[in-house]
Amino acid sequence: MSTRLANGGRLLDKGRKLDFTFNGTRLRGYEGDTLASALLANDQMLMGRSFKYHRPRGVVASGAEEPNALVGLGEGAAFEPNQRVTTTELFDGLTCTSQNHWPSLNFDIGAINTKLSRFLPAGFYYKMFIHPRPFWKHVYEPIIRKSAGLGRAPDQRDTDTYEHFYAFCDVLVIGGGIAGLQAARAAGAAGAKVLLIEQTAHWGGRAPVDGGTVDGQPVDKFVDELVSELQGMDNVTLRNRTMGAGVYDHGYALGYERVTDHQPKAKGPRHRLWRIRAAQIVTATGAIERPLSFAGNDIPGVMLASAVRDYVVDYGVSIGDRTVVVTNNDDAYRTAIILKKNGLDVPVILDARVPTQDSALMAEAKSLGIRVLMGHAISSVQGGKRVTGVEICSQAGEGAVLEEIACDVVAMSGGWSPVVHLWSHCGGKLIWDEATAAFRPDVDKAPTGATGAPFVTPAGAANGDFLLGDVLRDGNSAGKAAAKAAGHSGAVPAAPSAEEIAEAPMAPVWMMPQGAGIKKRQKAWLDYQNDVKVSDIQLAAQEGFESVEHAKRYTTLGMATDQGKLSNINGLAILSDALGQPIPQTGTTTFRPPYTPISFASITGEARDARFMPVRQTPMYQWHVENGAFFEPVGQWRRPYTYQKPGESVEDAVAREVKATRSSLGMLDASTLGKLLVKGPDAGKFLDMLYTNMMSTLKPGRCRYGLMCSENGFLIDDGVVARVGEDAFLCHTTTGGAESIHGHMEEWLQTEWWDWDVYVANLTEQYAQIAVVGPRARETLEKLTGDDISAEALPFMAWADITLAGLQARVYRISFSGELSYEIAVKASEGRALWDALLAAGASANITVYGTEALHIMRAEKGFIMIGDETDGTVIPQDLGLNWAISKKKEDYLGKRAQERSHMSDPARWKLVGLETVDGGVLPDGAYATAEGENANGQRETQGRVTSTYHSPTLERGIAMGLVLNGPDRMGEVLEFPRLDGTIMRAKIVDPVFFDKDGEKQNV
Amino acid sequence: MSNMVSALNGASAKGFVEVRDMGLQGMITLRGDLNAAKLKKAARAVGGADMPEQGHISLGDTGGAAWMSPDELLVLVPYTEVDARLSEIAKAMGDDHHLAVNVSDARCMFGVSGDDALVREALAKLMPVDLSARAFQPGQFRRSRMAQVPAALWMQAEGEARIVCFRSVAQYVFDLLKGATSPGSEVRYLAR
Amino acid sequence: MLILTCPCCGVTGEETEFHGGGEAHLKRFGPGSSEGEFHDYLFSKVNPKGVHLERWRHNNGCGKWFHAARDTVTMEIYGTYPAQTTEPPQDIRDAITAKRPGWSWREFA
Repeated sequence: MSTRLANGGRLLDKGRKLDFTFNGTRLRGYEGDTLASALLANDQMLMGRSFKYHRPRGVVASGAEEPNALVGLGEGAAFEPNQRVTTTELFDGLTCTSQNHWPSLNFDIGAINTKLSRFLPAGFYYKMFIHPRPFWKHVYEPIIRKSAGLGRAPDQRDTDTYEHFYAFCDVLVIGGGIAGLQAARAAGAAGAKVLLIEQTAHWGGRAPVDGGTVDGQPVDKFVDELVSELQGMDNVTLRNRTMGAGVYDHGYALGYERVTDHQPKAKGPRHRLWRIRAAQIVTATGAIERPLSFAGNDIPGVMLASAVRDYVVDYGVSIGDRTVVVTNNDDAYRTAIILKKNGLDVPVILDARVPTQDSALMAEAKSLGIRVLMGHAISSVQGGKRVTGVEICSQAGEGAVLEEIACDVVAMSGGWSPVVHLWSHCGGKLIWDEATAAFRPDVDKAPTGATGAPFVTPAGAANGDFLLGDVLRDGNSAGKAAAKAAGHSGAVPAAPSAEEIAEAPMAPVWMMPQGAGIKKRQKAWLDYQNDVKVSDIQLAAQEGFESVEHAKRYTTLGMATDQGKLSNINGLAILSDALGQPIPQTGTTTFRPPYTPISFASITGEARDARFMPVRQTPMYQWHVENGAFFEPVGQWRRPYTYQKPGESVEDAVAREVKATRSSLGMLDASTLGKLLVKGPDAGKFLDMLYTNMMSTLKPGRCRYGLMCSENGFLIDDGVVARVGEDAFLCHTTTGGAESIHGHMEEWLQTEWWDWDVYVANLTEQYAQIAVVGPRARETLEKLTGDDISAEALPFMAWADITLAGLQARVYRISFSGELSYEIAVKASEGRALWDALLAAGASANITVYGTEALHIMRAEKGFIMIGDETDGTVIPQDLGLNWAISKKKEDYLGKRAQERSHMSDPARWKLVGLETVDGGVLPDGAYATAEGENANGQRETQGRVTSTYHSPTLERGIAMGLVLNGPDRMGEVLEFPRLDGTIMRAKIVDPVFFDKDGEKQNV
Repeated sequence: MSNMVSALNGASAKGFVEVRDMGLQGMITLRGDLNAAKLKKAARAVGGADMPEQGHISLGDTGGAAWMSPDELLVLVPYTEVDARLSEIAKAMGDDHHLAVNVSDARCMFGVSGDDALVREALAKLMPVDLSARAFQPGQFRRSRMAQVPAALWMQAEGEARIVCFRSVAQYVFDLLKGATSPGSEVRYLAR
Repeated sequence: MLILTCPCCGVTGEETEFHGGGEAHLKRFGPGSSEGEFHDYLFSKVNPKGVHLERWRHNNGCGKWFHAARDTVTMEIYGTYPAQTTEPPQDIRDAITAKRPGWSWREFA
């Protein structure tokens, strides 16, 4: 059983006991524990079930590479699935639950899959569930979905906060092991502004566990002193609990800081995403130990050798009393030696190598009385939910059992793979290192940045250097080189010297024993989380999945949440062997960010709830809120759709607003309309190019409706232009078009007609604009002004500056409703004051504030088009019967040439008409008018579609506009429009102007 | 005059630094040839400060001028004097091609004040700009984005930042700043 | 994510301050142009692997359009220059040549 040792645990504060619960059981740990070490200290080795076969799984590793031990952490709003126990710091009150099992962790029905594993090979799902076809959707998929997945999704809103932070530095060092610390020191000494980030809460990486001496003192002491030296440097910042998640173009990197995960009650954000821009990046990301592939290597109790000693040294936790060490390299001997020195039994070290002489570590192990068997291997591991022993064999053979040895832990080491992820994210290339049987950075092919120069330097174990002295020297030179590349060449002291312990060469071992038969290979796991075995990769190769990327997707090797940190190299070695080609020829799959999963909330940052996206508000917004506005989004604006009175439906409210406006007086907040000031000697010429009609001939004091097209000829915006000066025009745009049309104008002025003297200013928000509409509009305004606004003084399509309610106001007599109508602009800061004054002045005329739906209905009754309804990016003004607004005199305007193209001038283009339903009902929006016959796809032919459709309160019937083939020539014809329920609605083609065809109401 | 209100009517929030709506600020967009003597003279006279260099703002006792782009200045004047200053510009520029227009009501100005480094840290949560004291000094003027909206920034003095954004998004920007300054969320990167 | 230096305001900012605008140095064809010319102007854009001259707007900044010479494979920025020109200036061509001798892009080299 695993237990807490009486001594040891360098990271623990044994004076601070912490209570936590696992699957409802109360347990106890210490300050400094990870959840993994605390569970192990309580003999909780079984922590989860695998994904496919539901096999019992315990912890394998001690860091970010852990594939098995994932739990659901927290409860309620703080619940988060798939949290790695090895990277979760213990805190008082932590609660967690194991996942992927039913009904319980110890007894799991899904584990039947492991008995069936012979029938569930790679690609099983692809092969099995193809036939019969309909079964996929209705039978197979629902069942597979139910059994798939790891943790469950949270079911409550996350109540924590998250944020981003933009950080800039000369040198970003990723990884706070001794290589990273030394690199930071060198870069700092050179004068660079340095940011050093480390994913764990501790500095020094695994050096303090592995031991050694630096400058004559123990390495942990050296680390402490180096950290305090760095903390004293003004130009160096150290951040722990901050993982380098990704490296991107031009020196951009993401740091994922877990600010309060370890103290959930503290103030501040839970996670902070550092958006770092660095001139140079040093990747000192260490290395990850590889498992060995032998039968039963997934039974709880089989762990990485380095992890076994981490738990002893860092947390004072013994994984078990008797540990068999199995290895192909010297490093695992350190585990045996540490266990032995802590009073634990190591019955045997199985070393797959056959060395000619003992290395220092071999000699030390032997001198401690540990039995060492060279050329030996594990034939298979015995046990179910816990290791009970191993059968040993020769590595060279097929696994004939030589001896059975009882044990409760197997510490394995297949060698070390540099963590090349961050080096590779932005294109750093790799080379295969024969000596360590690992890919390491090809430093001649580093990622390049904005200037084309390399911007990433690997250091230490991440660069393939594993010995203490080498790591320090490499870190020092990487830091110095990075600082220099960032423009800082101050004096850098030499790296400290370390006492070297020579190690014997490792020997690559990809399968154990070398000649393992199929039964063993089916029990030799590569990817623990996804249950991919040696036999699966071999099957994939046999079936022709020769590319490593294909084999990965076919078998799911490396596709689990650990992204193959343990499995990838072993897997591609097996694939290479099966294909009979060297490993470098097989290559690796692509390393993509993030290094380990980061929370969605950290990516979202502040952008949630009220800050999810900007909500633009007019100066009258508060009034709308207080008066029952039912809002709709229009671009980023929120505009009142209608104002409901108590007891009213939305439809009732809209109808009331239309009727009141047509019969007496309505008022609309029109502030969102775009208002662009175009000024200069060439302003008229410019607008003649922008609008389809002639604007240069407009007289000062007058207004003109205009259409704007893209160079493709399609209608993009419309609005009223007022000539506000000899060389100045105010162009009104649609609400959604203000910014885009401003950009459109600037684009043409800056990139095509840069010699024209025109300036544009976006005044959209400078003015509050209020439409006062209806037969009693003039008399109401007259109450508030002494200026002459009579029909003669201010005729239709004119504007005037007046004093209204004591405010400077510009009044445009324009109409989008067909009524007598004024749009009044005042400074935004005075908008609410004018609004209130108009409400008071209009009270006797039953002034009714209306929303966008009433606006839309009234314009549709008048047959006015709406950008976005009648247009969809494929409609030209000629389609809408707007030829009157297209100048025939102008030689050029944007879109003119396009409108001459054959498809644009095709008489068969659908054209705008009114549609009057036969039964008075309302046509569905977007409905198509059917025609005889079917098209090539067997679909019914069509001859038109509905673009706008409303119930008209004025006419008390459904009205619509639509684009119809030869529509204007087919007045009176009845078309059929199928509805979604299969019934058909019939509508007659009519003139699009339904109401007051002669415009008598607006011309008063 | 009591009818005039800025977007948030002087709202404020106190976190690890203070955020407040600075109220109505007169602002004039002046577009033209920034090298022309006439324009420089007009800008100096109206803003009461030197002509700003590229990427800078110059401040006087009651106003100033900020460099917006190669052909645009933002001239700061007292809110109540905008119309008078516009007349001055019109007179000074005569027939020379230019555009001068009141944009005071189209904008909202915020102040963020407190410890200099903490003020910078709060803003660096929202703007993709190096705001370290070394990189961004009083007198510099930076247009960028604040989360999802355009914003302009300068340091009025040590520990005193000014932000100008569009009026319609004032509430959004206020919410952003309030969140970025919430107690306990100090980053301690620019501040030690 | 790229960093770009706006030649109009001098600011070096990250890509989120800018907006890409496609191929640079397009010649506009209006009324009177042939079907072929107009079609090519609107729709036939180059999409090279390597050196590319392209338009950007500093939309969250000074608002100006400018041009950038960029490598579409390595993301290297050879230089940026004002948009008010019909061809890449000599210093930009030289900067590209120094890194990519023998380069060409449309009719320019």
